[in-house]
Amino acid sequence: MSTNASTNADRSYAGTGSELLAVEDLKKHFPVTRGILFQKQVASVKAVDGVSFTVRSGETLGVVGESGCGKSTMARCIMRLLDPTGGKVVFEGRDITRLSRADMRPIRREMMMIFQDPYASLNARKRVGFIVAEALEVHKMGTEAEIKRRVQELLDVVGLNPEHYNRFPHEFSGGQRQRIGVARALAVNPKLIVCDEPVSALDVSVQAQILNLLKDLQRDFGLTYIFIAHDLNVVRHISDRVMVMYLGKIAELAPRDELYREPRHPYTGALLSAVPIPNPELGRQRKPIVLQGDVPSPLNPPAACNFHPRCPRFQEGHCDVDPPPLYSFGTGHTAACHYPLESWPLTEEEMRRPSSRPQSRPSEEPAPTT
Amino acid sequence: MALLEVTDLRTHFRTDDGIVRAVDGVSFEVEKGKTLGIVGESGSGKSVTCLTIMGLNAKRNTISSGQALFKGEDLLSMPPKRLRDIRGNDIAMIFQDPMTSLNPVHTIGRQLVEAIKLHRDTTSRQARARALELLKAVGIPRAERRMDDYPHQFSGGMRQRVMIAMALLNDPDLLIADEPTTALDVTTQAQILELMNRLQREFGSAIIIITHDLGVVAETADDVVVMYAARIVERAPVNNLFNRPHMPYTWGLLGSLPRLDVETERLTQIPGQPPSLLNPPRGCRFHPRCPYVMNICKEQEPELRPISDDPGHLQACHLDEQTKDREAAKLAAGSLAEAS
Repeated sequence: MSTNASTNADRSYAGTGSELLAVEDLKKHFPVTRGILFQKQVASVKAVDGVSFTVRSGETLGVVGESGCGKSTMARCIMRLLDPTGGKVVFEGRDITRLSRADMRPIRREMMMIFQDPYASLNARKRVGFIVAEALEVHKMGTEAEIKRRVQELLDVVGLNPEHYNRFPHEFSGGQRQRIGVARALAVNPKLIVCDEPVSALDVSVQAQILNLLKDLQRDFGLTYIFIAHDLNVVRHISDRVMVMYLGKIAELAPRDELYREPRHPYTGALLSAVPIPNPELGRQRKPIVLQGDVPSPLNPPAACNFHPRCPRFQEGHCDVDPPPLYSFGTGHTAACHYPLESWPLTEEEMRRPSSRPQSRPSEEPAPTT
Repeated sequence: MALLEVTDLRTHFRTDDGIVRAVDGVSFEVEKGKTLGIVGESGSGKSVTCLTIMGLNAKRNTISSGQALFKGEDLLSMPPKRLRDIRGNDIAMIFQDPMTSLNPVHTIGRQLVEAIKLHRDTTSRQARARALELLKAVGIPRAERRMDDYPHQFSGGMRQRVMIAMALLNDPDLLIADEPTTALDVTTQAQILELMNRLQREFGSAIIIITHDLGVVAETADDVVVMYAARIVERAPVNNLFNRPHMPYTWGLLGSLPRLDVETERLTQIPGQPPSLLNPPRGCRFHPRCPYVMNICKEQEPELRPISDDPGHLQACHLDEQTKDREAAKLAAGSLAEAS
């Protein structure tokens, strides 16, 4: 336990880990077209709309947000499974945004992905050995015998029986399949693994197995994770820093403990207050800040601050006119809100009445946190 | 007398591989105006229990036995016509997936009106007025206009509200909600749970809420049933269950949960997988995964019996009570020994 705690401290924001990935003003707009013969673009869905962050080697960046906020699209852009509309993805100091397929190939070995649905993400007609070995073969990493040995070693690492090499995915349970997905991602010794909702489809007891496995692997192989999930409990458990997304933009980005202890963005506050607590006495005292309505369509997002139609502290003439930049709240903590939360937890009443002074413009100096 | 009394309910399915015992001897009661939470992992028999009570299992290849007394009448043995009267009228159900439980080719209004006219002798106009009233009650904005929209024009949370409105149309005494918030985001989940709580206060219905989310159970239920491999392993009032869980499987469930209110470096994991219901393990069904397993567990299935100083708290485990109290206290402190 103590060793874990100390590694966590080492990885705090001021830590020394080198920058592995930098995302700058990333945008992905999907065109909406009309017409059969002459397709004319009539609008665009701004799935990801100007997202910037960095990931340091050895850390876990958690990404939370509701369905449709652009988490998965962002992940796919980073992996170059989708081509970004704008912005840059810099991996180990190299801009990979415009690389050709051939130039991309050696880099693909460095970043791998684990997908949400362990039922749909494994080819049902291929044996497990083949599924795990495929990346090794593509990247020509070893002879046939070496690859086979490596695959068996990987199955062992993720807690499967190496003798199940010749089985098909349907012979495994959901949790075991997710382990196969993890083994496949590990095969080529990547530096970065993007986990897109890896435990959402699993039962809690199995979810705990996979989360523990991911933590152990990170410790043993020095992996870096981008961990996408909608479950705030899971994200807190695994992440060093957490990024909250809303409608294709970053609402808040902060070191894990700070985000959960002192959220600044009202959306983060609403998310945190909405999580049910598995403790009847505490849970029933909880007063969730219930947001009105649904997430708006990214086809036609609200002007300025895109959260303003649902925000309890919405100030007319400011929030709907002036888009909030990412204000700084101490080291590594930023939030895009003119009227950030003064403290936490807040009652619904306090939530509605922001202190009258809006946040000052960001400067070089971090803004005072009081 | 309780509103619903289920006694020794069994549902077995005949399959090509043999008989699957999906529910195997389940008993519980639901009191008027109270909420019963049923928790368990996929395949533990939570949903099948409720489908059996509602008579919604396919008749072919299903063998059901036991009793489900609703206001003194046995739902399992009554004639189909009588059951149809009760279903949707006195007992209503909300399903997990609001995307697939509404008919995509009819408007919301038409589906609501149909459900009212099936059970009540009213004119279309009265039925429409009633449907509108309920859509407003569940918080659909601009309900007059949205009545004539199709399900695909609603978001997930809104569809679940429509499902709740439909369930409440005929003022049911019992509402069965099968994972009502699982497909929804947290902020929407908060909206729906608040709505269900408010409606329960206003309409006084009893609720059975089926879920795998212990957080949802802790905040909504009065009594909790924990199911594992087609059987009830623990049953208690909600505070007792969470403060003093008395069964290693419940400890595992609570310990494997990453949560905001307890700091844990490492989650307790339950090793292995849930057993096959074609051929469940001998003795206690949890014994192959249980870190506290003893010889007796492999031979003799523990009965569901009350713990000595709390007759309302039932559990099925052979472990002695001192050990259990000690382990439950450790769990509360967040440091249960990891299962080996």
